[in-house]
Amino acid sequence: MLILHCPYCGVDADETDLHAGGEAHLKRQGPGSSDAQFEDYLFMRENPKGVHFERWRHVYGCGKWFLAARCTSTLEVFGTYSAQTTEPPQDIKDAISAKRPGWTWGNYS
Amino acid sequence: MSTRLADQGRLVNKNKAVSFTFNGKHLQGFEGDTLASALLANDQMLVGRSFKYHRPRGVVASWAEEPNGLINMGKGGTFEPNQRITTTELFEGLSATSQNHWPSLEFDVGAINAALSRFLPAGFYYKMFMYPRPFWKHVYEPFIRQSAGLGKAPKDRDADTYEHFNVHVDVLVVGGGIAGLAAAQAAGERGARVLLVEQTAHWGGRAAVDSPEIDGQPAAEWIKSTVQALEKMDNVAIRTRCMGAGVYDHGYALAYERLTDHAPEIDGPRHRLWRIRAKQIVTATGAIERPLSFAGNDIPGVLLASAVRDYVVNYGVSIGDRTVVVTNNDDAYRTAIILKQAGLDVPAIVDARAQAAGPLIDQARELGIRVELGKGIASVKGGKRVTGVGICTQAGEGAVLEEIACDCVAMSGGWSPVVHLWSHCGGKLIWDADQVMFRPDPERAPTGDKGQPFVATAGIANGHLFTAEVVGDGWAAGRAAAKAAGHMKKGGQAPLGHDVEEGPISPVWLMPQGAGQALRAKAWLDFQNDVKVSDVQLAAQEGFESVEHAKRYTTLGMATDQGKLSNINGLAVLSKSLNADIPDVGTTTFRPPYTPISMGAIAGAARGPMFQPVRKTPMSDWHNANGADNEPVGQWRRPYAYVRPGETVHDAVNREVKNTRENLGLLDASTLGKLIVKGPDAGKFLDMMYTNMMSTLPVGKCRYGLMCSENGFLMDDGVVVRMAEDTWLCHTTTGGAERIHAHMEDWLQCEWWDWKVYVANVTEQYAQIAVVGPNARKVLRKLGGMDVSAEALPFMQWAEGKIGDFDARVFRISFSGELSYEIAVPAGQGQAFWDALMAAGEEFGVMPYGTECLHILRAEKGFIMIGDETDGTVIPQDLNLQWALSKKKEDYLGKRAHERSHMADPNRWKLVGLETVDGSVLPDGAYAIADGTNENGQKNTQGRVTSTYYSANLDRGIAMGLVRNGPDRMGEVIEFNKVDGTTIAAKIIDPVFYDKDGEKQNV
Amino acid sequence: MSDAVSALQGKLAPGEVTIREAGLRGMITLRGDLSDRGPRSVCKSLTGVAFPEQGKANVDGEKGLCWMSPDEVLLLMPYGEVGDALAAIEKALKSKHYLAEKVSDARALIHVEGAFAREVMAKLAPVDLHPGTFGPGDFRRTRLGQVAAAFWMRDEDTFAVICFRSVAEYAFDLLAESAKAGAVGHFVEG
Repeated sequence: MLILHCPYCGVDADETDLHAGGEAHLKRQGPGSSDAQFEDYLFMRENPKGVHFERWRHVYGCGKWFLAARCTSTLEVFGTYSAQTTEPPQDIKDAISAKRPGWTWGNYS
Repeated sequence: MSTRLADQGRLVNKNKAVSFTFNGKHLQGFEGDTLASALLANDQMLVGRSFKYHRPRGVVASWAEEPNGLINMGKGGTFEPNQRITTTELFEGLSATSQNHWPSLEFDVGAINAALSRFLPAGFYYKMFMYPRPFWKHVYEPFIRQSAGLGKAPKDRDADTYEHFNVHVDVLVVGGGIAGLAAAQAAGERGARVLLVEQTAHWGGRAAVDSPEIDGQPAAEWIKSTVQALEKMDNVAIRTRCMGAGVYDHGYALAYERLTDHAPEIDGPRHRLWRIRAKQIVTATGAIERPLSFAGNDIPGVLLASAVRDYVVNYGVSIGDRTVVVTNNDDAYRTAIILKQAGLDVPAIVDARAQAAGPLIDQARELGIRVELGKGIASVKGGKRVTGVGICTQAGEGAVLEEIACDCVAMSGGWSPVVHLWSHCGGKLIWDADQVMFRPDPERAPTGDKGQPFVATAGIANGHLFTAEVVGDGWAAGRAAAKAAGHMKKGGQAPLGHDVEEGPISPVWLMPQGAGQALRAKAWLDFQNDVKVSDVQLAAQEGFESVEHAKRYTTLGMATDQGKLSNINGLAVLSKSLNADIPDVGTTTFRPPYTPISMGAIAGAARGPMFQPVRKTPMSDWHNANGADNEPVGQWRRPYAYVRPGETVHDAVNREVKNTRENLGLLDASTLGKLIVKGPDAGKFLDMMYTNMMSTLPVGKCRYGLMCSENGFLMDDGVVVRMAEDTWLCHTTTGGAERIHAHMEDWLQCEWWDWKVYVANVTEQYAQIAVVGPNARKVLRKLGGMDVSAEALPFMQWAEGKIGDFDARVFRISFSGELSYEIAVPAGQGQAFWDALMAAGEEFGVMPYGTECLHILRAEKGFIMIGDETDGTVIPQDLNLQWALSKKKEDYLGKRAHERSHMADPNRWKLVGLETVDGSVLPDGAYAIADGTNENGQKNTQGRVTSTYYSANLDRGIAMGLVRNGPDRMGEVIEFNKVDGTTIAAKIIDPVFYDKDGEKQNV
Repeated sequence: MSDAVSALQGKLAPGEVTIREAGLRGMITLRGDLSDRGPRSVCKSLTGVAFPEQGKANVDGEKGLCWMSPDEVLLLMPYGEVGDALAAIEKALKSKHYLAEKVSDARALIHVEGAFAREVMAKLAPVDLHPGTFGPGDFRRTRLGQVAAAFWMRDEDTFAVICFRSVAEYAFDLLAESAKAGAVGHFVEG
């Protein structure tokens, strides 16, 4: 059972206090997007073994959504960070590089 | 025979007799006995029957690894099957019955399976029950069901209570043997917060029996003083009868504390499940002795060598008068020595090793015990009890050299570290060929949230068989764990242990080495599930080469003991058959819990009325006192109807339906979600959330809104109210309040975080009552207060003011087609307001109505219901709600999705009304049948029923459904299927059945 | 105006640890930019307590402030004062983007009082309640059994628990059951 640090309220929250929200850093496609773009946005997911970026909500706590960089096979958490960002911040990317040199995920590395 | 000895038994109080019954027989044991030791003291060796062949089974072990001694315990509300007699502490009045036999333990008809065992090889069930196919349902399955299962399922509700306990520690130490005690002390002295749990009622583990020297004193003394020291440390908590059950991700662990199993007279919870968050975990879980595989090793009276001496030393119980010890290591000599010293006969030690020398062997010889090196047991004689053994050379094929009469065989194939908890969360093992064991690989520990190792093993569990190593290893593991958890205080010195020297073990996986098929087919690996050496070999032969496949094919290790005794022996046999090395075959997966834990402990307080939270509105108690027949709506319980004495539920619904249309009905609508959306960008935000335009809604007005997911599917609906220039109130469905609140927060926090909008869920702040029917205005006028006239408060408007004495928000909205006011008052006044309406409404024929009436009234009007007309695949266009899809807005959630080809397909199933030709009620969920069949040979379909009711107002069945091109097929009659295979004809009509022009609500 | 009633109308389960529904309490949810002086000072003036840090609650008698999230604070006050307080907030924050809603009736307040109150709470909430970790002044939103709850300590032996009104009975019964089951003997004073 995971523990994730909520960057908003500072609590190391049990998984039972959290709600998982799927992949992070999706770019919304609205009217005017092509069928392929829209399909990507709605359905296509990374599903990696290894480094992954996810959305979590501290639903039983402060109610805030945050993002987590996590290894799906070892469950190591590289960091949690604000949901108000369109891409992983540099310090998170550095933290991953320190542990998983050469990682890639989507367009990030 | 097995009996009580005069002067051994460190754990029993011979001055305190305890009475109990076994299969109705009255027996006596002593305080401190386990049920196993008490039964053995009464010469009750036979304790059960095996699962497949119903072979007689006796006690093999002395604690959790026991595969055979499973009994039904207790009666009525405390009855529980599959209780392990070796871990059941004796108490006054204990009542046990044996399992898996008929008609009796001594004479069991099922034992015929044993005679047929040649015809019941591994994989028998898979092979036998495949063909002919129809036999499965009528012959095989009933037969298997009849014979499946061990023990009886309880019939009564569990009379005990259970609880959870959440605790966070720096270091969790599992196992209260000398390694665990040393670890807890070392970690405690460093200043860490420590929890030490021990599954038995006693500290010290094996050392308390074998009593080596630690720090110059007998182990028992060291154990006592260490426990006392731990008890004095404020930062260390210690618990007996508390088993470390499982280790999970990020330092989560479960421990299972048995509080009253040993003393049912104690008040309070029976079990407590400790939900532990530990920074570091030390598993000092000891080791389990392995049986040896020789023919007849399952006959009652053949036990693990360590168990034989446990029964002597701990409980003063001798298993037999004459015990043959069979071994491949020095440790088993201790059993022979202890038996001899207790005045019992040990006719021989049969040692499979060609050579063995050392102090233990010398001591045995000095006591006059005959030691036979290079020998093995060809077979054990006896049926329900050992009567003798045939001795052979270990290197041969089993020619009997000599028969030795005995009534007990003590076997030892070496020790397997208990690596379960280490392995639960991914800790890897290495094969230690010298010590013939799998032990934890310290380089590949389970890792935690920072990638750091968070589990360490210590002592025997870590592959250290000798006292000096065990205590030192425990101490070091405790110190290291405390340090890893951030505690560095200086502590004392590591304890020093002293050992008798022992010679090397020699691996023995089959006895004798060249045993033929006849012997191998009687050499048991798994005593409970009846898996023999020959079965594993057959599995390998038939291609089940993976250890996980062989396990499932043979059922090796799949019994309630989860292979604690059989796994290593089984995979050694498998690896031999495959000509592979043991580490290349590997082990099966260790899964929690270590031994079974009670369902009650898992549930904790979540049982009976507290199984799930039940949400109550401020008027729920009134409803329940006034005939409410409730239905669950999410976690709410809403009255389905208010049933009066002498009425059926159906009668009550019909009465409510007619009365609401004709007089006055009250509905508790408090469960509807109420979300306040406020801010300069709130209008823009709601235009994205809803398919229709909310930003243009004037202050004071209400508008029905639809919400789609980004997939375009309808997810919720409700009336949106413009409260103020920058404030809206969004009503959601009953089940939708939390979900839609979360949905809004998601978009605000994760997509449009620069928009200035705040949302608050105020659902429970208000009691909301729908006042519905032709007399609705009359009752409000009678209560007095604000002007509720058609002119002051027209349809789809709202106002704030007083109704009677109550501060109220009044919404002129209708889900019934009647004149209707939904009135919100503070929840604390909800009941008082309801009472006021009931009193004032009496002269107007007021009646409360339930959710079924609500459904019928809305269906009569053709209003859709989220969850009935929608199922997560329905879009607004399917429900003819195009009018609610704004064409002016560039974007809203779902808009892009509606352009996808399948969504825009003109042939989608669309909403229509359905009227049966004979006036009856269509079955809910029935499908409309089309011509032809699909590729699976099933009839094609062209629609389905989404809502169907009997309408008392129309005195006929009414229904709505989704039908292909439905709106273009008005008047057509189509057939719907029924579960009995017949069909029912219904005409496609307009879904508005009642008051098509809306004259009743607009007055 | 008709008299309002609390969810459980003062229900009591006496024992070594007593569970008591604390009756009506005025509560306002205030959302806004809490780093701004405006909301902080109106909060302070309405409750008389200092604005709480992250994860803290400052409560004095019936009044207090609880840190709910970076943009949400819960104001506690006598039930009857909420109307005036809302008016005061509106006056003070008129020009700002904020949300203030009365939630007094949406919640229930339950007190857990007695020697092993910590253990009663730890039976139900996945929170580190060791005296060295959680004490008076700390505030936590989490779950109690299967429902959302928030709590703080009034003193060493008393917890104040807030949950939604609809589940007040569930939360009360769960606490009462846990209290009745007795002490665990884990959080020993020391």
